[in-house]
Amino acid sequence: MSTVFDIRDLNVRFSTPDGEVAAVSEVSLALKPGECLGLVGESGSGKSQTFMAAMGLLARNGTASGAVHYGGTNLLTANETDLNKIRGDRVAMIFQDPMTSLTPHMKVGKQLGEVLIHHRKMSAREARAAALDMLKRVHVPEAERRLDMYPHELSGGLRQRVMIAMALLCGPEVLIADEPTTALDVTVQAQILDLLREVRVQHGTAIVLITHDLGVIAGLADRVAVMYAGRIVEVGDVRQIFRSPRHPYTAGLLSCTPSLENRVTATALTTIPGQPPNLQRLPAGCAFHPRCVKVDDRCRAERPALVGDTACFKAEAA
Amino acid sequence: MLSYIVRRLLIAIPTFFVIVTACFFLMRAAPGGPFDAEAPVPPEILANLRAAYNLDKPLVQQYADYMVRMVQGDFGPSFKYKDFTVTELIAQGAPISAQNGLAALILAIMIGVPVGIMAALNQNSRRDYTAMGFAMTGIAVPNFVMAPTLILIFAIWLKDTPFQLPAGSLGDGGVKHRILPVFTLSLVYIAYLARITRASMIEALRQNFVRTARAKGLPYRSVVVRHALKNAMIPVVTFLGPATAFLLTGSMVVETIYALPGIGRYFVQGALNRDYTLVMGVTALSAALILIMNLVVDVAYAYLDPRVRYDQR
Ligand SMILES: Nc1ncnc2c1ncn2[C@@H]1O[C@H](COP(=O)(O)OP(=O)(O)OP(=O)(O)O)[C@@H](O)[C@H]1O
Ligand SMILES: [Mg+2]
Repeated sequence: MSTVFDIRDLNVRFSTPDGEVAAVSEVSLALKPGECLGLVGESGSGKSQTFMAAMGLLARNGTASGAVHYGGTNLLTANETDLNKIRGDRVAMIFQDPMTSLTPHMKVGKQLGEVLIHHRKMSAREARAAALDMLKRVHVPEAERRLDMYPHELSGGLRQRVMIAMALLCGPEVLIADEPTTALDVTVQAQILDLLREVRVQHGTAIVLITHDLGVIAGLADRVAVMYAGRIVEVGDVRQIFRSPRHPYTAGLLSCTPSLENRVTATALTTIPGQPPNLQRLPAGCAFHPRCVKVDDRCRAERPALVGDTACFKAEAA
Repeated sequence: MLSYIVRRLLIAIPTFFVIVTACFFLMRAAPGGPFDAEAPVPPEILANLRAAYNLDKPLVQQYADYMVRMVQGDFGPSFKYKDFTVTELIAQGAPISAQNGLAALILAIMIGVPVGIMAALNQNSRRDYTAMGFAMTGIAVPNFVMAPTLILIFAIWLKDTPFQLPAGSLGDGGVKHRILPVFTLSLVYIAYLARITRASMIEALRQNFVRTARAKGLPYRSVVVRHALKNAMIPVVTFLGPATAFLLTGSMVVETIYALPGIGRYFVQGALNRDYTLVMGVTALSAALILIMNLVVDVAYAYLDPRVRYDQR
């Protein structure tokens, strides 16, 4: 099966004054053309850093090992020039906080236009026209007027639309959406998700949808990967996983999420006891074992590998 | 924006008068008077002197007279330099101080800001540490040490070499005579600007919108220049406002050591001599400059960050 974006054995480490943080460990994800992959997990589980590393956007104290292939290029080892031919053109990323993710002192039209001027060598006028076109396609009302506005003059939802327009300008094959709706209020969230669905259908863009909200995944993704403490603990078809999660952590997440398709009954709504582990001092064995209901001695001693779809010794029983 | 500037200038007028008034009464409250240092004079002559300089009237009367004349641009005669009015003294000295200050300011911006940016882009590298080491030294070494050191090096040790520089005094008025004083003046500002620029650039590069710009695939150069730089300049401008006012009004130390006839000397000498009118004159000048520079800074904020808007309401 063909793959547009291939993460192989990715590790991300941060060096900090009090030790090394293992933010992402041995993550492999393959994205097929046009599919939507959901990536879920609690805060701090390494969802964002997986794709920050892939895009060459790690903080200065971070290092990545492994490989991230797009086309014939390994993005982790590519030089800045080669990376910049792909970033923003073939692979685009949008971020959680549309309030701070746009440059405050640059007009919207200019921020959009510079993408095309850089990647497509357009003139400023052509770029402006194309930017206007794209704003209309993501349903920004009064698009012409918005071009000459500064980001702070737009609402949160509009800013996220501008971010999405910016990401789509060059017709990317892959769109990474890092919690695109988390900072928005509920009605706007639904609109943005509708827009992403539309993007997928109309542009055939493969989308990675990072979120901690399983409800968001359910409506949009084909496949879902669940991360815990920097590792993928379960991956598979959305419906399958929602119907019968095999990893106890996935099961826990599902029971924390109200009103899914296959509705876990409201009475079963619970929280997972305990805290996510400290990434500087991960427990021996399975990182989830201190919180797991099915824990036994093997889980404490030995780390389960991702075999098939899940990384759990108890998967059969789950 | 224009109406904002006009409004700010109108507000600046009462502020200016408060400063001048405070200065007037503080000067008079200081012990001693303008004629104390001279050889003892007979009481009749002292009385005449006091009458001639309008010091025999009640304080409030003196203040009223002074203000009326100041509004007309007359700062009165100097007590110490008896043949000159304060306006004449300032008119002679201010251009020299302002020229040196302006040159030092431009030099400081041209060196300090790029060095700060370079240090930020190479954070924690050898270059960064070297630059910041020099900056710390520049801040730690006071002018009155730096100036004689530079004179020692460039006027004495390098004498009769192509690098020789005169140790000040306008003399023939050549540009060469300005090099050492301007450099001395600017050193501490180069150092501060490098440090402030470095810190604010590092901060700007951490912003989410810089990450967005990088994710767009722009070359790092345009990420820095187009997206980070303006944001990073905000603290720099904040520093430059008052710094400009201080630089343009001259430095007592530098003008004394290099024997330059600027107005920097008047601040300290005037105060020591109880030269009331001279002190009032230079205070009024620097107060006006600071008020104007504050306004310039606020206008610059609106340029650097469109979220800053003054027109509403
Ligand atoms: N520059 C850094 N230095 C040290 N640790 C970091 C750094 N950046 C991220 N981390 C750590 O890496 C871990 C993974 O972070 P990541 O941003 O990928 O989490 P996430 O799954 O996206 O969570 P969230 O839902 O909160 O966005 C976190 O524990 C975080 O504290
Ligand atoms: Mg995140």
